Amino acid sequence: MPSQAVLTADQRPAPRYVEDVIRAAAILTMFWGIAAFLVGVVIAAQLVWPQLSFDSPYLTFGRLRPLHTSAAIFAFGGTALIGTAFHVVQRTCRTRLFGGEPLAWFVLLGYQFFILAAALGYLFGITQSKEYAEPEWFVDLWLTIVWVAYLITYVGTVMKREEPHIYVANWFYMAFIITIAMLHIVNNLALPVSITGTKSYGAWSGVQDAMIQWWYGHNAVGFFLTAAFLGMMYYYIPKAANRPVYSYRLSIVHFWSLVFLYIWAGPHHLHYTSLPDWAQTLGMTFSVMLWMPSWGGMINGLMTLSGAWDKLRTDPGLRFSVTAVGFYGMSTFEGPVMSIKAVNSLSHYTDWTIGHVHSGALGWVAFIVFGTLYYLVPTMWKRPAMWSTRLISWHYWIATVGIVLYITAMWVSGIMQGLMWRAYDELGFLQYSFVETVAAMHPFYLIRLLGGVCFLSGGLIMAYNMWRTIRSETETLATQTQPALAA
Amino acid sequence: MTLESLHELLASFWTVWAVIIFLLIVFWALRPRNKKRFEKDARIPLDDDR
Repeated sequence: MPSQAVLTADQRPAPRYVEDVIRAAAILTMFWGIAAFLVGVVIAAQLVWPQLSFDSPYLTFGRLRPLHTSAAIFAFGGTALIGTAFHVVQRTCRTRLFGGEPLAWFVLLGYQFFILAAALGYLFGITQSKEYAEPEWFVDLWLTIVWVAYLITYVGTVMKREEPHIYVANWFYMAFIITIAMLHIVNNLALPVSITGTKSYGAWSGVQDAMIQWWYGHNAVGFFLTAAFLGMMYYYIPKAANRPVYSYRLSIVHFWSLVFLYIWAGPHHLHYTSLPDWAQTLGMTFSVMLWMPSWGGMINGLMTLSGAWDKLRTDPGLRFSVTAVGFYGMSTFEGPVMSIKAVNSLSHYTDWTIGHVHSGALGWVAFIVFGTLYYLVPTMWKRPAMWSTRLISWHYWIATVGIVLYITAMWVSGIMQGLMWRAYDELGFLQYSFVETVAAMHPFYLIRLLGGVCFLSGGLIMAYNMWRTIRSETETLATQTQPALAA
Repeated sequence: MTLESLHELLASFWTVWAVIIFLLIVFWALRPRNKKRFEKDARIPLDDDR
């Protein structure tokens, strides 16, 4: 269209954005969130009362636990990331999604199919037993196809952008998509026993296998659970606060230091194993250095609010996002501490690790998703606001209390467990049998279960609020006449 | 010196190259003359409501 060339960016008509897929992703995110929290509560209860597996192989902790982790990380987190990535990239590039509706639907629905195939596999005992990479070869192949389509959609959209500069949120999303593709393919290289069977054998063996697994595992934390959600932070916090990010320069420096450093941190999962000592020390050193980019991100997120702190009182959705950044700073402080070998000798294999993971997963990942959805749902459905602000507040406080109960219980339980394991009596014998350490953890498991129930209740409140917001047809007309409200 | 041995020599210094690339990025980010454009770029998400 030749007429477009003479129009400046402000005069051109807004592109027709792909939005149905984003709405579907928002609803699916909420669904998977509830599912993940629910399975988490079930397995937390199983640890308190082991009879709850009812002697059924399908309900054992060993099968439900990957169901919980995958539902939380890949189903809840992943669906949120696909939906928000499509939203952010279109808005900041001011162009319609590359491939349009069909490609976007393929990515979203293809990913849902991956989740279902993986989850059913866990219940039926089909697993390659690699943590966070449990799905077998045929599911891995399918995810590769979907993920490449995701990459094509994203990079294609960035390449045909109308905005000359690529906004920082897009770098984080792209780093996430590219790195996860690389990690997924390398860690899952395997030879199936037969083309019709589910069983395969991995290409790697021994300590190399362990190293590649944790290169994968830790960078799933670094690029899936950190970089991608930082991308979310860099778009939705400025939008919700209606202020530009505190320092764009800091975002550049902390992005590149995160990319350069994170990839080396994996060996800290293998302290005091047969992994060579130098590799362990390397992993520890890079983990400690990660303090800098982590805190760079936290400072940038929090300081965006400087001069507008009063918004936290009136906008509980934004309160979620800002608290998330606080938890991000806290858990990325804790992580490097735990990666130090002397600390790790106490913390590894104990509940402290579980507590650490959940301060990141509940406090950072889930909270930033909640904050984002509380902004995204009214925006996408063209409502003036969520149906009830008070319910957002209720959700906020119940979920926060839940996290505090969870992580404090796991700190106490984990450190107690580690100290009991290494206690000797005066003759040099171990002071406690293993079962005594298990019995000592019982009250803390009960507190953790209570924390999980709180977090699940908060999620149900949110789902109800979301449903009422979407159903409230009457407000639609009011907003259509005054589009400025979307800002 | 063959091309293979030159490649080997350069590749063995890859940490040095990575650090240099990173320092160039930091220099570019902190350069005063880029201050204005970054302030403009930071407003991208806020300017899109049309």
